[in-house]
Amino acid sequence: MKSLSQSHWGPGALALCLSLFLLVFLGVPVAKVIYVAFQDPNTGALTLINFVDFFHNSLFRESFVNSFYVAGMSVLLSSAIAMPLAYFTTRFNFGGAVLIQTLGIVPLIMPPFVGAVAMLLLFGDNGSVNLLIDDWFGFTIPFMRGLNGVILVESIHYFPFILINLSAALLNIDRSMEESAQNLGASGVRLFRRIVFPLAMPGYVAGASLVFLKTFDDLGTPLLLNINNMLAPQAYLRVTAVGINDPMGYVISVILVAFSLFSLWVSFLALGGKDYATVQKGGGGLMRRDLRRWEKVGCYAVVILILLMVLSPHIGLALLSFGTVWSFSVLPDAFTFAHYENVFRTATQYITNTLLYAGFAALIDVVLGTAIAYVVWRTGLPGRQWLDYVAMGAVAIPGVVLGIGYLRTFLDFEVPFVDKPLAQWWVIIVVALSIRRLPYALRACVAGLQQVSIMLEEAAENLGATKSRTVWRVVVPLMSGGILAGFVTSFATAAVELSATIMLVSQQSDAPLAFGIYEFMQSSAGRGPGAALGIIAVVIVGIATYVSHRIIEKGEAKRQAGAAIAAAAGA
Amino acid sequence: MSGDIRPDAVGVTLEDVSLAFGSTEVLKGVSLKIKPGEFFTFLGPSGSGKSTLLRAIAGFGPPPAGRIAIGGDDVTRLPPWKRNVGMVFQSYALWPHMTVRRNVAFGLEERRLPADQIKRRVAAALDLVGLKELAGRRPSQLSGGQQQRVALARTIVVEPRVLLLDEPLSNLDANLRIQMRRDILALQRKLKLTTIFVTHDQEEANTTSDRIAVLDQGVIQQVGSPMTLYDNPVNRFVAAFLGTANLLDGRVESAGGRAVFRTDDGTVIALAAADHAEGPATAMFRPQHLSIRGAGEVLDAPGDNAALAGRVESREFLGHLIRYAVAVGGHVILVDDTHQAGRPSFAVGDKVSLVVDAAQVRLLAT
Repeated sequence: MKSLSQSHWGPGALALCLSLFLLVFLGVPVAKVIYVAFQDPNTGALTLINFVDFFHNSLFRESFVNSFYVAGMSVLLSSAIAMPLAYFTTRFNFGGAVLIQTLGIVPLIMPPFVGAVAMLLLFGDNGSVNLLIDDWFGFTIPFMRGLNGVILVESIHYFPFILINLSAALLNIDRSMEESAQNLGASGVRLFRRIVFPLAMPGYVAGASLVFLKTFDDLGTPLLLNINNMLAPQAYLRVTAVGINDPMGYVISVILVAFSLFSLWVSFLALGGKDYATVQKGGGGLMRRDLRRWEKVGCYAVVILILLMVLSPHIGLALLSFGTVWSFSVLPDAFTFAHYENVFRTATQYITNTLLYAGFAALIDVVLGTAIAYVVWRTGLPGRQWLDYVAMGAVAIPGVVLGIGYLRTFLDFEVPFVDKPLAQWWVIIVVALSIRRLPYALRACVAGLQQVSIMLEEAAENLGATKSRTVWRVVVPLMSGGILAGFVTSFATAAVELSATIMLVSQQSDAPLAFGIYEFMQSSAGRGPGAALGIIAVVIVGIATYVSHRIIEKGEAKRQAGAAIAAAAGA
Repeated sequence: MSGDIRPDAVGVTLEDVSLAFGSTEVLKGVSLKIKPGEFFTFLGPSGSGKSTLLRAIAGFGPPPAGRIAIGGDDVTRLPPWKRNVGMVFQSYALWPHMTVRRNVAFGLEERRLPADQIKRRVAAALDLVGLKELAGRRPSQLSGGQQQRVALARTIVVEPRVLLLDEPLSNLDANLRIQMRRDILALQRKLKLTTIFVTHDQEEANTTSDRIAVLDQGVIQQVGSPMTLYDNPVNRFVAAFLGTANLLDGRVESAGGRAVFRTDDGTVIALAAADHAEGPATAMFRPQHLSIRGAGEVLDAPGDNAALAGRVESREFLGHLIRYAVAVGGHVILVDDTHQAGRPSFAVGDKVSLVVDAAQVRLLAT
């Protein structure tokens, strides 16, 4: 038996470093925001007066209701988009499954506010679609009017969270679960409703709660659509327009955090700690069925319709980036490369900054994610679960709140040799991005680690490998699929983050793509170059996503082959 | 209570059932008639096609060529949910999001039975497997044996025409396995339910089955009662798969008006008087069909049965007997000798004489 000091020293030191990082860059800034919200701005004493003021203000009350409404409706609409896609691609032998899964992630690549502008041109009251509908039928549909616009844009942008989680959950259902139901007489819709959906429910709830959170704390989309009567825009406007000392921004931040925590708690309750992972040895997920000809036609029709809608921001953005003038017409008047020339002449620093920031942030995330996953799931350190909880807690911290917290906490901290406050140094943007995206990477790493049987580690240790050698030679290679998935998700979402960066960018030369696009999109003359910049972002991250998707798929095929061998040996 | 569950037993007929996954032929022209009320077993090593065949009867996997009939109805093209055959899965496949009661009620609910009848039959089925008290639990709160019983109850409650058991005991520990196979058999006898059992374990097959079909490489090698298969295997595979067998290649010859078996290296084994065709064959006899004595000892060999001279290569003590591996000529022959405390035994290297009981020697086609 190993002595306590030997087996605990390494993980203990590791856990301490992880805890420190989380404390300084997540715990302290958030605590600061909450503290200020409960502080009397004049006397500094603890008080509830700020919250009383908040609820006495009708604009704030309205914002509160609107944010709630938009988040709820977005969950419904994203579910309607994601469910058929997830079901078709996991259930049927479907030619376009890879395409759908890849295109399904594309919306995540583009900041929702970029999509917002393009969506206005396509679906707005005077947009292409309504011009056509008006021409043919004599009426228009208010797709983008008021809160509708926010709901539509958020749903199209965030439905992949449901798609990804639901697909994974569906793939995790053992075939015998479904077969035993068929054997007892269930089929078709009833089989789906009674067995498949309940078993996939944890995955769905996980995805849906993410959509709710993301929509609830999104800042860019309402700002661009000029909807200010929601919570996140109000927080931003109070801090930027009234000042860093105005308590209302902090009060809204606390409400945003509280609601995020609340919805996380609800989803946790819904899951109730149930373990639905039902894949048995050699099980290999749901049965896939060949489609009959007419079914194929129906499936493709639904899928193409959904994908058209999902890709409409990209299509609109592409048109915008190549178009000369586009106003009150179905298509732009003429096409040109001028916007791209403009961007490559004047705005390349946005692109390099983004690659740098998102790359570093994703790297930090997978290192932290792997380390936390290992400490939590493979060591016996007391209180290790808290690392997981705290890191996941970042999900509940809206970007606006983190941004405000960093400004408030690190403005007084001068970085040595740089002669700048930490809150204005570009590195703080990387840190903010990595904290914001850590939960995704962490979950991907944990999922990867859980696929590694502890016996494989014990076998390595039995043959003389130390803990760290075992991690390096056995655990990390085996969970590389999960790590890669975590890296890509972190990278892709960090590359388009706006709500925290918009508060932390202190000079033009430090700004990433998302910020650049936002700046361009402010003026109608800047829309063309802004769209060109958006398209460049989509292409860069799209290629990266596709490549790693293929790598993950290869790993998947290898694992399945391994599982088949094991099943054959065991049968 | 069991009066509630009594389907009319039906037979299962397979005619030339074939199935290929890509270029791999998994089933090659399987034909079988399983009688109503029979406990029938598909026995074979992994990859023999036994599970695939069972799944084809349940309607899972790609539809096979040939014909599958249950109680005279052709079900070959019928989807699983219309076949009314009950299957117990190797993994039990209990739905984790439902309680035991809900799991068992599922099939009845799918059949749109009135609620009071469902309640009554679920209670009866749970009673039958002795799990009445655990109806409110979730599958994750049950032991392996209890899960197995729930899976059984869930299947028989719908009164299937045929009960299919896919290696249902493989996930249980040894003692529980013996208990469960007795329980399953008792239940089958009580319900008079046509049952098809898939296993790779010959002991399980022997102790439960009315008849067994031995499968290898997608082909049925032999069908018969456990004893028939053991005593009169038709080929080397069946002989070796069911129990331990000595298999010697050689020819049947005539010597002095009597048939004898001469192995490739010249060892002669007497055959019982019977009409044996001369020519190449494989002789099969089991370790208990020989007696072993010291080299010098007189053997009370019946008739003119010559003793085989050999040397002990190795020995295994198995408790009730000692199994010797004896080198005779170029062959190694396994011999079992009953063990009694205090009785002398042979050591490795000892010279011994073996006598084969001619009446037990079987000739297999080579």
